[in-house]
Amino acid sequence: MAAAAPAGATRSEIYRGNGPRLMLPVWAFIGIFLVLPVLLMAIYSFLTKEFRGGVIWEITLAAYDQFFLDRGLFGDEPPQIEWTYIGIFWRSIWQAGLATFFCLLIGFPTAWFIATRNAAVRPVWLFLVTIPYWVNLLIRTVSMKFLIRDTGPLNEFLLWLGVISEPLSLINTNFAVQLGLFYSYLPFMVLPVYAAVERYDFALSEAAADLYADNWTTLRLVILPVVKPGIVAGCILVFVPSLGAFLAPDLLGGAKTFMIGSLIEEQFKGAAGNWPFGAAAAMILLTIVLGVLLLHARAQAKGGR
Amino acid sequence: MIKPLDLRRFTGFRALTILCLVVLYAPLIIVAIYSFNDSTSITRWGGFSLKWYVDVFTGPDAPKFRNAAINSFTIAIGAATCATIIATAAAVAMNRAGRFRGKVASLALINLPLMVPEIVTAVASLIFFITIGFKTGLMTIFIAHLVFCIPFAYLPISARMQSVPDVYEQAAMDLYATPWEAFRLILLPLMIPGILSGFLLAFIISLDDFLITNFVKGAGIETLPTAIFGSVKQGIKPNIMAISTLLLGVSVVFVTLSWFIGRAGQSKN
Repeated sequence: MAAAAPAGATRSEIYRGNGPRLMLPVWAFIGIFLVLPVLLMAIYSFLTKEFRGGVIWEITLAAYDQFFLDRGLFGDEPPQIEWTYIGIFWRSIWQAGLATFFCLLIGFPTAWFIATRNAAVRPVWLFLVTIPYWVNLLIRTVSMKFLIRDTGPLNEFLLWLGVISEPLSLINTNFAVQLGLFYSYLPFMVLPVYAAVERYDFALSEAAADLYADNWTTLRLVILPVVKPGIVAGCILVFVPSLGAFLAPDLLGGAKTFMIGSLIEEQFKGAAGNWPFGAAAAMILLTIVLGVLLLHARAQAKGGR
Repeated sequence: MIKPLDLRRFTGFRALTILCLVVLYAPLIIVAIYSFNDSTSITRWGGFSLKWYVDVFTGPDAPKFRNAAINSFTIAIGAATCATIIATAAAVAMNRAGRFRGKVASLALINLPLMVPEIVTAVASLIFFITIGFKTGLMTIFIAHLVFCIPFAYLPISARMQSVPDVYEQAAMDLYATPWEAFRLILLPLMIPGILSGFLLAFIISLDDFLITNFVKGAGIETLPTAIFGSVKQGIKPNIMAISTLLLGVSVVFVTLSWFIGRAGQSKN
């Protein structure tokens, strides 16, 4: 869309001098209701917990201490590394990474296939992928839960086929959570990869073919490097929301599949509420995500395109 | 001319595309089918029936769902309207106002709601509202939704504005139109497809949000997603499948509208 813009249109200065005034509502709303809350959350992570939820305004490192260190039941033993929460973060990173991998595995061929249809049917294919992108994530996750229940349609179907003799118990497993993440964020991979593939110049493939490369060699040595920015964008769009996902692990998983999202949510909703600890966990998540985005921005600035 | 075609073809890609669409659609289609199930057992098929849809509107849970639907639609319309106005102003600033201080930072700020993980936004919003003593309820949901709707409204509006050349506004101003008149009488009408599609996307995003809403909604106030989530926690009942299918229908209709409006706007250009 933007590529079709006539050159110079974006440099228009018709309303010169009004920029800051027109931008004011954005600064006001996002500044006050997002930037300020995130800063406040950072402060909360250094406060003392109040037992019925909420905080006492006394500065302490207790939340981070609880996250990283184990000081025994009464807090007087020499500190050791506490693996529980690091383990939850590690599992989340692993699950999000795996979901990204599978989304790429299915998403790239899909994007390629759609981008190489003729112009008349391409929008129809693209539209089919776009619809789930906008459909309520809760409803999609609930639908997946219904589908893979022990007595759900998937098991009935497999039993009827005779592939299995006993229903598979999929709910509450890491596999179910993985399937949920993959299913939730698959369109997020297809769309940016499609945008990159659509701009791919097939003269490059022709040149490669003239030099006796077969299609798969061309894919590996020419196409993938050229469309890499789209692939990286897609990976980020899948990885980041998967990492902090709440619905898929909560509805499809159980206690053994706990992820960051549920850990944070529990601190604010559950009986064991600990606001500073929840804020600290959210800060650590935010740091990881901003780190990934920053790395991406720097790679792009260096001419990674 | 067989060769260029071959260069585009990879064995198995068609199959993977079909697999991709099956994965994306199968759960939704199956739930939609089972929402018409006559049987009370949710997995045995007992014939076609609309009884769960009747149940959604007249059953014991009907008042709960009705209130949730009213809340959801009120907030979605309000948040999407405000976000569209704010995003339009921002798009004019970014595309039509030359350079100004803080322009790069402004773009980053608009996109910030897309970059911060939803759970972090949810927690931060809750902490913020509690700390400043803002009673959680409809108003806090509205404000939180407004914030994350801004980037979704901004993207199509800004894309559209980039594709509208500024010669018409230039001409108007050469004929002594004020900047406000040039905007209101020239740019705004040309922008209608982009603005509508931005509004519709913001509307869907607001209607669909669960996580942030669940944190800032306060006790006793429900939107459709939080009401559905609450019911699902006690098991998937057929009436939940019916209401999910209805909400699914609303999303599909709005996405389709937004898609056609956006395309109509482009082909006219």
